[in-house]
Amino acid sequence: MHPYHIYISGVGGQGIIKTSVIMGEAAMKKGLPVVVGEIHGMSQRGGVVSTQMKIGVSHSPLIEEGNADLILAFEPLEAVRSLKMINKDSYVVMNTAPIYPFNLSQSENSYPDLSTILSELRSHAKKVMAMDADEMAQKAGHILSMNMVMLGGAAAVPGFPLDKKSIIKSMHDNLPERSIPINLKAFEEGFKFCMSKL
Amino acid sequence: MNIKEILTGQEHDKLFLLGNEAAVRGALESGVAVATTYPGTPSSEIGNVLSVLAKDAGIYFEFSINEKVALEVAAAASASGLRSFTFMKHVGVNVASDSLMSVAYTSVQGGMVILTADDPSMFSSQNEQDNRYYARLANIPLLEASNPQEVKDLMKYAYELSEEFKLPVILRTTTRVSHMRGVVELGQLMGAKSKGHFDKDPNRFVPVPATARIMHKNLVKKMDKIGVLSNNSSLNPIYNKRGNIGIVTSGSAYNYVMDVVEENDLPVNVLKITFSYPFPEKRVYEFLENVERVLVVEEVDPIMEKEIMAVVGKHQLNKIIHGKLDGTLPMIYEYNPDIILQGLGKMMGVEMAAKKTVKTSLELPKRPPTLCPGCPHRAAYFEVKKAAENLNMNDLIFPTDIGCYTLGIEAPYEVADYLLSMGSSIGTSCGFSKATLQTVVSFIGDSTFFHAGIPPLINAVHNKNKFVLVILDNRTTAMTGGQPHPGLPVDGMGLEAPELSIPDIVRACGVEFVEIINPLNVAKSREIFEQALQFDKLAVVISQYPCMLIKTVEKKGKNIFLQVQDDICTNCNTCTTELSCPAIYTSDNGKTRIDELMCRKCSVCVQICPEKAIRAKRINKSGEGE
Ligand code: SF4
Ligand code: SF4
Repeated sequence: MHPYHIYISGVGGQGIIKTSVIMGEAAMKKGLPVVVGEIHGMSQRGGVVSTQMKIGVSHSPLIEEGNADLILAFEPLEAVRSLKMINKDSYVVMNTAPIYPFNLSQSENSYPDLSTILSELRSHAKKVMAMDADEMAQKAGHILSMNMVMLGGAAAVPGFPLDKKSIIKSMHDNLPERSIPINLKAFEEGFKFCMSKL
Repeated sequence: MNIKEILTGQEHDKLFLLGNEAAVRGALESGVAVATTYPGTPSSEIGNVLSVLAKDAGIYFEFSINEKVALEVAAAASASGLRSFTFMKHVGVNVASDSLMSVAYTSVQGGMVILTADDPSMFSSQNEQDNRYYARLANIPLLEASNPQEVKDLMKYAYELSEEFKLPVILRTTTRVSHMRGVVELGQLMGAKSKGHFDKDPNRFVPVPATARIMHKNLVKKMDKIGVLSNNSSLNPIYNKRGNIGIVTSGSAYNYVMDVVEENDLPVNVLKITFSYPFPEKRVYEFLENVERVLVVEEVDPIMEKEIMAVVGKHQLNKIIHGKLDGTLPMIYEYNPDIILQGLGKMMGVEMAAKKTVKTSLELPKRPPTLCPGCPHRAAYFEVKKAAENLNMNDLIFPTDIGCYTLGIEAPYEVADYLLSMGSSIGTSCGFSKATLQTVVSFIGDSTFFHAGIPPLINAVHNKNKFVLVILDNRTTAMTGGQPHPGLPVDGMGLEAPELSIPDIVRACGVEFVEIINPLNVAKSREIFEQALQFDKLAVVISQYPCMLIKTVEKKGKNIFLQVQDDICTNCNTCTTELSCPAIYTSDNGKTRIDELMCRKCSVCVQICPEKAIRAKRINKSGEGE
């Protein structure tokens, strides 16, 4: 089996590592080989963070450029920065809520419009599913459940190798018990939204 | 997964572990009794996990004051017959190296493993030095891991090797191995001895010239014997025996090689070197016999490449060696599958580039990491700069140090002019204050001050240097994830511990000007900085406020939120351009806004707004402001 490649990008502090651990453990418990490459350290302070993941037989978690099956972009600018990882068969699940770089006012380049970002992504990927995951998380009960909205979105992607049941089981294993109801709600919202866009 | 499963997991259980977590399990399966470190990315999580598990596991763990002390604590435990484990980032080994060189001579009794986590491409470091040289410098065995399972398994092997030959063993990982998460099958735990006994033997443990000469001879003899082991070790296997091209690789690079080889079904022979020092010359020689050309794939320096060339030279073989030295592969930075593919293409003279990749035509703003919203360092930086401005001092040098506050390098702060290593802020300030007439203001964090800041401070006083030293005391080792240090009332195992006072230490070093500020009080702090800048000797300002990420500290302003009053705000942009707190942004319609979720209510923006347009509002019961 060709391994399934997931590239997760966003900003330090968005819960990206947690999300990949939940997916990875779900894969492991299904008996699938899985490797994840994480970024820890300095970039976690509000810098660009990406996690790469391969489900299926492989040695390294690093994905060759143009080889990601799925991009989970927690932030729109970082979605564009991940463009080199995609091909015309890739799916993109994107959070539309921007986080502006802290020194944007001193930056040479401005933050692109959401519409520009979306058309750029759409012109290269098979399908882009964009949602305001921040708002959906708030509605589910807490902004910190945003990563579970994104995970729900991933679960809706055709070809995604993990089923909902095993992901939910893995959420129980990896999230504090009292946060489960909100996180489950967030997960379902993300899933429903992306299903409706297929 | 609950972190405790690293301890409670049974033999044959499978856990999804980070390379660093696997190292902890490896230590527990090896009966390690004493473990020490100074936190440093990419090795930090080993200590974080040990600090949670040590008590239950019945082992001793400490965050030592620096890597040299960490290595010394471990060496003594080992000399007393216990198994010891010390681990650090690559540059930490520089700090520990003085004692490391000697422990190779004195030898160990209980097994001793030194894990070095190298950082190719410098994700979190000041350099990407290749610590495989340390095995050569000290002349001790080196193992290189490629994935979490190997990290765990090699820990066990390293202890066996260490105890058999009574030598410390280096286990090298890189960032991509330390921070790679994979499925790890557990082995059996081994109980640790609780106490050892040191049997005196000065001929063995005290390297003075007469004894050291004998020790060195013994070391060389042992390493000859270990060389036989590495040559015949199953840790250096050959894969995929096809064709007449060979690849020799190790560590993380091995993973990329195998992915590329398997994905493209390439007819090449791969020799994986895990037991990499003493270098398995004989194994390489046998491998070379069956191939015509070899590509050496290693991170970061061309170490194996040169060793292989030495084999070719020694045996006058007619083989071509490709790698970094002939430009087939890049000389620096970490590798990835794309780089390997290109290198193989170059070597075979064919275009092997990956699928055509998409490049965006959009010009994107960068996203450098930055201090957290409400970070007390940001306030201190703002105040120092204002104080200097008020005094018309405009030729300042800002030596800085290693920690979150190094992020002060970015605009608008630009308070990082010179950095060498841990503690260098103070030592280099001594130099700048002697070499120039410029005003020197240097910054060091609390943990870094303990690590390497005290001897240079004494040097500064004794040699009558004049500069301002700002100790940014946020009561934690923030950058690496919040480990304790000697300035806190708790130790690495979570037990109560004596708390050392930084102001007392500074005064005891003979500094006359010692002031403590709360950096969130802008006017008062600026005033103190002005006094410090005008003082005619060394002045130390200790800026005390806890890191915003410390969860247990009572945070201010639970019932307030901050808002910009549009009718008062003149869009002067002082808050966005001079303070640049990430929680403050300019909205699409040009208005200054505060992101309520990001804001930590430190109130610094309220104090610095020249129009007094930022106001704190009380949150009433319905959640609305009033
Ligand atoms: S982690 Fe603490 S010290 Fe580091 S930037 Fe954030 S608030 Fe500042
Ligand atoms: S109070 Fe102002 S400076 Fe402090 S975190 Fe909030 S927005 Fe940033």
